[in-house]
Amino acid sequence: MSQHLLVAPIVLPLAVAALQLLAGERRQRLVAGLSLASCLALVALATMLLLDAAGRAGGGATTAVYRLGDWPARFGIVLVGDRLSALMLLLTAVVALAALPAALGRWQQRGHYFQPLFQFLLMGLNGAFLTGDLFNLFVFFEVLLAASYGLALHGSGARRVSAGLHYVAVNLTASMLFLLGVSLVFGVTGTLNMAALAELIPAVPENTRALLHAGAAILGIAFLVKTAMWPLGFWLPRTYAASAPAVAAMFALMTKVGIYVLLRLGLLLFGDGAGPASSGFGSDWMLWGGIATIVAGVIGMLGARDLGKLAGYNVVISSGTLLGAVGLQQPAVTAGALAYLVVSTLGIATFFLVAGLLTPDGGDDEADDALALEPYEPAGSDARGHELYADEDESRTVIPAPVAMLAVSFLACALLLAGLPPLSGFLAKFAMLAPMLDGAPRAGAHALFALVIVAGFCTVVAMCRAGIQIFWADPDRSFPQARVTEVGAIVLLLGLCLLLTVAGQAPLGYLEAAARQLHDPGNYVHGVLSPEGAGP
Amino acid sequence: MELVLAIAIGILAASGTWLLLRPRTFQVIIGLTLVSYAVNLFIFSIGGLRTGADPVLREAAGDISKYADPLPQALVLTAIVIGFATTALFLVVLLTSRGLNGNDHVDGADGTP
Repeated sequence: MSQHLLVAPIVLPLAVAALQLLAGERRQRLVAGLSLASCLALVALATMLLLDAAGRAGGGATTAVYRLGDWPARFGIVLVGDRLSALMLLLTAVVALAALPAALGRWQQRGHYFQPLFQFLLMGLNGAFLTGDLFNLFVFFEVLLAASYGLALHGSGARRVSAGLHYVAVNLTASMLFLLGVSLVFGVTGTLNMAALAELIPAVPENTRALLHAGAAILGIAFLVKTAMWPLGFWLPRTYAASAPAVAAMFALMTKVGIYVLLRLGLLLFGDGAGPASSGFGSDWMLWGGIATIVAGVIGMLGARDLGKLAGYNVVISSGTLLGAVGLQQPAVTAGALAYLVVSTLGIATFFLVAGLLTPDGGDDEADDALALEPYEPAGSDARGHELYADEDESRTVIPAPVAMLAVSFLACALLLAGLPPLSGFLAKFAMLAPMLDGAPRAGAHALFALVIVAGFCTVVAMCRAGIQIFWADPDRSFPQARVTEVGAIVLLLGLCLLLTVAGQAPLGYLEAAARQLHDPGNYVHGVLSPEGAGP
Repeated sequence: MELVLAIAIGILAASGTWLLLRPRTFQVIIGLTLVSYAVNLFIFSIGGLRTGADPVLREAAGDISKYADPLPQALVLTAIVIGFATTALFLVVLLTSRGLNGNDHVDGADGTP
């Protein structure tokens, strides 16, 4: 296998975006073709990296390390590929492959430079998953954020710009916190390489340890803003609801970048090997913060008045669940959490795409408003309710094929997000919850366990309410014409979820190995810092 | 020198934070700029303050203790460039919002007459 495979997921979208800028806005077919080719290539690359990571289970180094310019790791910049990175790369590529065709139809023409921005977003995401040092993490975060600002504003309109303004302001402030945290950590330890940090932290003198913890906490807040932990996540539902559906589908993945970093740094820097003073630092905050986030998300979801907000609060609940599970720091729970991460990302991305198709396709300004749900009124309290049911006519209940397809997709999304059998959402939630109370559970574990189940139930309630109002209550509701590409994207994502259900054991085995690898950072540290390295 | 720098960073950060919480978009962007100045100065100072010390080796076998730590300087350069670009982008969003909503309130709607 080529040694340079690890850097390709970053270089490829960058090169494609540059080419697209050169090709210009006029040659739409060429630009779209380039994007599609890039996404397909990224899926192939990520699959190769995943198989490579899975094949490293035996003795020897379990991580692939790529040194840019071949400088030793302590001085130079490294890219590190292990099971978790490969998994996230593949997830990114798959969601991108599904979001792209959905965008080709209606949304691409609503503004400029959609495709190059999309590729830059992919570059930032891939870079953040692969990088091995904190400052490059910042740089890749900025790349993906800058692209996401452009994409969030894509299509313009007062509502979108207003939501985008908040999004940009909040994230710029979070970036400042990120820089502060990075510089504090550097001031204490003198390095920004994650592996070197993991090695140095147990030996940090006691008088500067508080400073190190302060730096790590400030860094953590920056990531928690991206993850939308309560009370740092009020920006999320509004921004996601206002974005174009394909963009929102990609954004569903962006909150997972924060989770990825918290998982990676939490276990690498503050795992069991960090010494008695530092091990487990911040995990209580993540656990209780996750619990608070789930509560906030459930309340928001039950009160949501349109499909975009409903999906946005689902993102919040998913983030809270993951935060709590990651905060527990048990290998078996982490494995389940990874499964939940994959499934909930796919589910929410699908839901954003379905919600986009259900939105009436009026003029440019009309389409700003996502499908509004009727305010809840008890049946029989007004004349409207009687009218609705009295005039029921059997002949009108014939459901045309596209609507049936949308309804089935909606149902599948609801099952996935609520975690009900038979789809993979249930398997993932079960894999996460089953080991949660094993042994001597931590203080918040019971609360988290109960809340995840309650959140599932509330998701069912909210989704049922939305589904009834969209598909049953109003037979005259007109649905916009769905394009083949848009439907194809949904089918691709749902098919993948179905495949994960059927495949069952093999993906779970991979995730368990990934969790074990995360909980045993010695191998990662050795792989990065050894002078020869275990290059691919 | 340390005290002066610390006070300067503190004043910049405090006034920036106050402006960030104000309701007008122009105040927010000035606040963001001030906060980013504070952060940049902070990054610059983490390597220790040295007067007249080079960050780059002049001869092959120099005494490293006579040189300033070059890494924070490289970091702050990157942070300045990125911060400048994102602030410019925010400025565009701010002006678009002003154009679309007809006022400069961060929520797009002005509560006060």
